[in-house]
Amino acid sequence: MYDFVTGPLAWIAFLIFFIGLIARTVWYFKGLNWQLDRVAYRPHMRYGIKGAVRSIGFWLFPYGSRSWRNNPVFTFLVFLFHIGLLITPVFLLGHNIMLKSSWGFSLPTLSETTADILTIAVIVSALFLVLRRVSLNEVRIITTAYDYLLIAIAVAPFVTGLMARYQVSNYQFWLIVHILCGEILLIAIPLTKLSHFILFFTSRAQLGMDYGIKRGGMKGKGFAW
Amino acid sequence: MSEGKLCNKKTVDTVEQLHALLADKSGKQYYEEMNHLEIDDKALWGTIQKTFKSRLKTWLDICSHCGLCAESCFYYLANDRDPTQVPSYKIQQTLGELIRRKGKVDNAFMQMCMDTAYSKCTCCTRCGVYCPFGIDTGIMFSYLRGLLFSQGFTPWEMKIGTGMHRIYRAQMDVTSEDWVDTCEWMAEEYEEDWPGLTIPVDVENADIIYTVNAREPKHYPEDLAEAAILFHLAGENWTVPSEGWEETSLAMFAGDWAACKMQVESVYAAMERLKPKSMVVTECGHAYRATVIEGPYWAGIKSGQTPVPSFHYVEWVAEALRTGKLKIDPAKKIKEPVTYQDSCNYIRNGGLGDFAREIMSYIAEDFREMTPCREHNFCCGGGGGLNGIGRYRAQRNIGLKIKRDQILATGAKLVVSPCHNCWDAIRDMEEIYKIGIRWSFLKPLLISMVEVPEHMKVAEQ
Repeated sequence: MYDFVTGPLAWIAFLIFFIGLIARTVWYFKGLNWQLDRVAYRPHMRYGIKGAVRSIGFWLFPYGSRSWRNNPVFTFLVFLFHIGLLITPVFLLGHNIMLKSSWGFSLPTLSETTADILTIAVIVSALFLVLRRVSLNEVRIITTAYDYLLIAIAVAPFVTGLMARYQVSNYQFWLIVHILCGEILLIAIPLTKLSHFILFFTSRAQLGMDYGIKRGGMKGKGFAW
Repeated sequence: MSEGKLCNKKTVDTVEQLHALLADKSGKQYYEEMNHLEIDDKALWGTIQKTFKSRLKTWLDICSHCGLCAESCFYYLANDRDPTQVPSYKIQQTLGELIRRKGKVDNAFMQMCMDTAYSKCTCCTRCGVYCPFGIDTGIMFSYLRGLLFSQGFTPWEMKIGTGMHRIYRAQMDVTSEDWVDTCEWMAEEYEEDWPGLTIPVDVENADIIYTVNAREPKHYPEDLAEAAILFHLAGENWTVPSEGWEETSLAMFAGDWAACKMQVESVYAAMERLKPKSMVVTECGHAYRATVIEGPYWAGIKSGQTPVPSFHYVEWVAEALRTGKLKIDPAKKIKEPVTYQDSCNYIRNGGLGDFAREIMSYIAEDFREMTPCREHNFCCGGGGGLNGIGRYRAQRNIGLKIKRDQILATGAKLVVSPCHNCWDAIRDMEEIYKIGIRWSFLKPLLISMVEVPEHMKVAEQ
């Protein structure tokens, strides 16, 4: 079983992840239409790029945009959650040992304590984000079961990873479940709303180009996100 | 397919059709017929497949339902944080559902969409500024309005408005003759007080071609005279076109994209014909948005630019004050606290916030910003055509509360509002809520405080 989940299944998951994300990006940009979107992308590419970079930049950093600043607690949770989600799996010591043994190279790694803190941060922030969905009227009304499922898919590798690491019970069992959960997440990213992994950037870039080219970017100082 | 006599999928292209609609008081018969209007779901889905591309699709698909858009929406705030006013909710229930059902929807659904797209969204696009993914619900509602229009589901006044544009190339029944007559009349009327004042019509190669909102010749002709006086004082070489003088676009509010194209092309044709160096648009927000910002795309101009560089009135005023073409008499500056209403259409969606501040620095001693302001301003409550739609008057009046409270918080009793829709909304706000404020376009204020050169003064008797 271990050989299967770390072998063929891992290949499939990573292929879907990478090819899926590339396809999403290509589809997005191919589907842009200057006349339907009413943005002259090509003739004003320089303004467009400037607008896109600003639009992504102000939102990529915590408290960079007015909306982030207006919601300090939510912003803290969202960034904690996403930083943990992205940093932990990539720089985890265990993952890099596997990387080294199969591909012959590895990335810098986190200390085990840092990795533990980040993992717990992901789980705790996810819990608060779920609580927020339940308790705030304006969020509850738009929340669907699908939203909870996606949070579960995103957090499952972290919960199972902790189980395996602390060997609460059968290590082999939790390890395999952890790997499976990770693979489900990789596959889900391009195929579900988690595609905002890449579409956050494309969508923000588009609105940035819109503001940068058409909605005042060529006249003002650039939009005050 | 069941079609009403007045409420149907046909566009209004003849005076007879228009008069029939106008004769139907408050659209009573029109809305009754709407209850029986059938949906051509094949055509609807066909249009969606052709026009619903990655930008809109991604917006609907990736919304994480985080709810950050809630507080960005003045309707949500004005309606005591009613969760059904959350932008994400509103668009998912309407456009989102329409897409999920592949256009197979019934009459009641379409009417619900129309009510939502007009009475719960003014397309102010503020939500797009507060969404981490940049999901611009205002743009989506505008798109939805277009789909609704194609199926005959548009408010009565919008059907009339689009007909006006199609027939008269103006939002009101003002013909070229009426317009030119008004120009001549105003020039004559004011010439005594302003020796040498003219309103030059169809002069080629002028520095400025000046274009207006049809309401001005129709209901407020003095606005045109004021524009002429200021151009005269500033020594501008300007003209107005006899045709292609109207900048507004009720067709944009209604989503009648074909009429949008016809309307802006009439203005662009005037540019081509008279070859001015630039165009200046009157103090109107959506007019500027329609003709300068969106218009080139409707007309298929790949650069996205109007045939000659085009400017909003605030840009011209700021430049005239900066360069000294217009000089303000310091003794006549506004002494009382005064605030400025940022129009969504040329501030958030046009980037002209700095020009407005520059003007205020010349004319006001105690200028007070609203909070929030500039790109982050709230809609006046009357945008997106809402001022003119009787069916949604009650909802609009509730929405006005946010701007009312913003104005009150500044302590100013005078609101400078260089946008017709904002101006109307603030006027109605005073009528409804009686908060003791006054409101004004820039032109009359400027005329009351500008220094008049000796040679332009009336000779003493």
